[in-house]
Amino acid sequence: MTAHTLRIWFLVHKWTSLIATVFLLLLCLTGLPLIFHEEIEHYFEPHPELRPLTADAPRIDYDKVMAGALMARPGEVVRFVGFDPEGPLGAVYTATSLMPPPDEGHTQPFDTRTGDLFPSEPPDNGFMNLMLRLHTDLFMGLPGYLFLGFMGLLLVASLVSGVVVYTPFMRKLDFATVRSGRSSRLKWLDLHNVLGIVTLAWVLVVGVTGVINTLALPIFGLWQSDQLAEMTSPYKDAPPLEQLGSLQKALETARKAAPDMEPSFIAFPGTQFSSQHHYAVFMRGTTPLTARLLKPALVDASTGELTDMREMPLYVKTLLVSQPLHFGDYGGLPLKIIWALLDLISIIVLGSGLYLWLLRRKIPLKKRLAELNTNGLGAEGGA
Amino acid sequence: MRRGLWMIFRWPLLLAVLSLFGLLSALIGDGVYDWLSWLSLGVPLGLLGLVWLRMRHASRVRS
Repeated sequence: MTAHTLRIWFLVHKWTSLIATVFLLLLCLTGLPLIFHEEIEHYFEPHPELRPLTADAPRIDYDKVMAGALMARPGEVVRFVGFDPEGPLGAVYTATSLMPPPDEGHTQPFDTRTGDLFPSEPPDNGFMNLMLRLHTDLFMGLPGYLFLGFMGLLLVASLVSGVVVYTPFMRKLDFATVRSGRSSRLKWLDLHNVLGIVTLAWVLVVGVTGVINTLALPIFGLWQSDQLAEMTSPYKDAPPLEQLGSLQKALETARKAAPDMEPSFIAFPGTQFSSQHHYAVFMRGTTPLTARLLKPALVDASTGELTDMREMPLYVKTLLVSQPLHFGDYGGLPLKIIWALLDLISIIVLGSGLYLWLLRRKIPLKKRLAELNTNGLGAEGGA
Repeated sequence: MRRGLWMIFRWPLLLAVLSLFGLLSALIGDGVYDWLSWLSLGVPLGLLGLVWLRMRHASRVRS
């Protein structure tokens, strides 16, 4: 590699990092509590106490559960029903409209064995919601998602150029050497290099999957106008649904259509995950991977008959697999702790990069690169 | 000694392969797959722990 090309890589590393650093620091800091969001939420809002199942306990009737949930929230409509993969617990999500603003709506947990409903929980506007919004869309909706996605792309460019500029520094050094006895600048340069190169693969995966996650809204929009529209094309000119049919029957239909899968959540007609005429029962598999690869069974919301069930297209599967790889929520608490430690190291890499830039010597980059050469650290050839 | 690309990148490459293996392993299954994931993703962290210990040791020797 010539000194000229190396200089360009240096400039790419410097500018992509400088532009993105503030936002990447924000993402690292807000991401830290989000890694443990399940544990934190359980601690502050414990799951409702489930009664032990007795022989004469009633069996769940989903239509009764829906009626009960709507009675508790008069004037609202059901948007989704979700199922906890860990235990016999479900939740009914209601709001004043099918497509409400993001912070509105109520959640009513229920026992999936007996159908017992628990008091509704108000929307979460607390600390965790603040972290989530700062981490995902900066309270700006789609433009916010796309902006942070662009910051993620800058991170990827910064990582690639970082690996290139790592090469000349390591020509004369053993791997993982930290020259701590000389200047503070040299020590932090070596630390920046070793922390960055050792965590590279993880940061790259979390960065790229994060960028894919910022595209969730357009990806589901595309799926709705593409595969979902195709599956529900016979209903294109059907009159609008006047009354919702039995959810109990719809769920039975979906279970029959995918007997080796479990329901993950049900999207009601008119929400962004279904058509105007269907309950979309999203079925999940039982391994960590297949649990993410949801398969929607579209059930006619008035008759309860199966309309269609297909695998998601590749672009939705990519998004669904990107989610666990970004969140780190697929390997128990130890994996979450590993995620948190790597996140903390990323904060040190970002901080040390900023520190090195602030302490940069007032010598033109060209001259510094020439110095690397004369020291035999070699910017020429090889790389 | 001037190191070639292989000498510079053999350890980083090994760590990257281990990390990717760890990231995918826990996705494939539970139980032993989780353990493999924790172990292989723990290697880069353990190595950084060693770097830290070595730095502390070096600064103690100097003072």
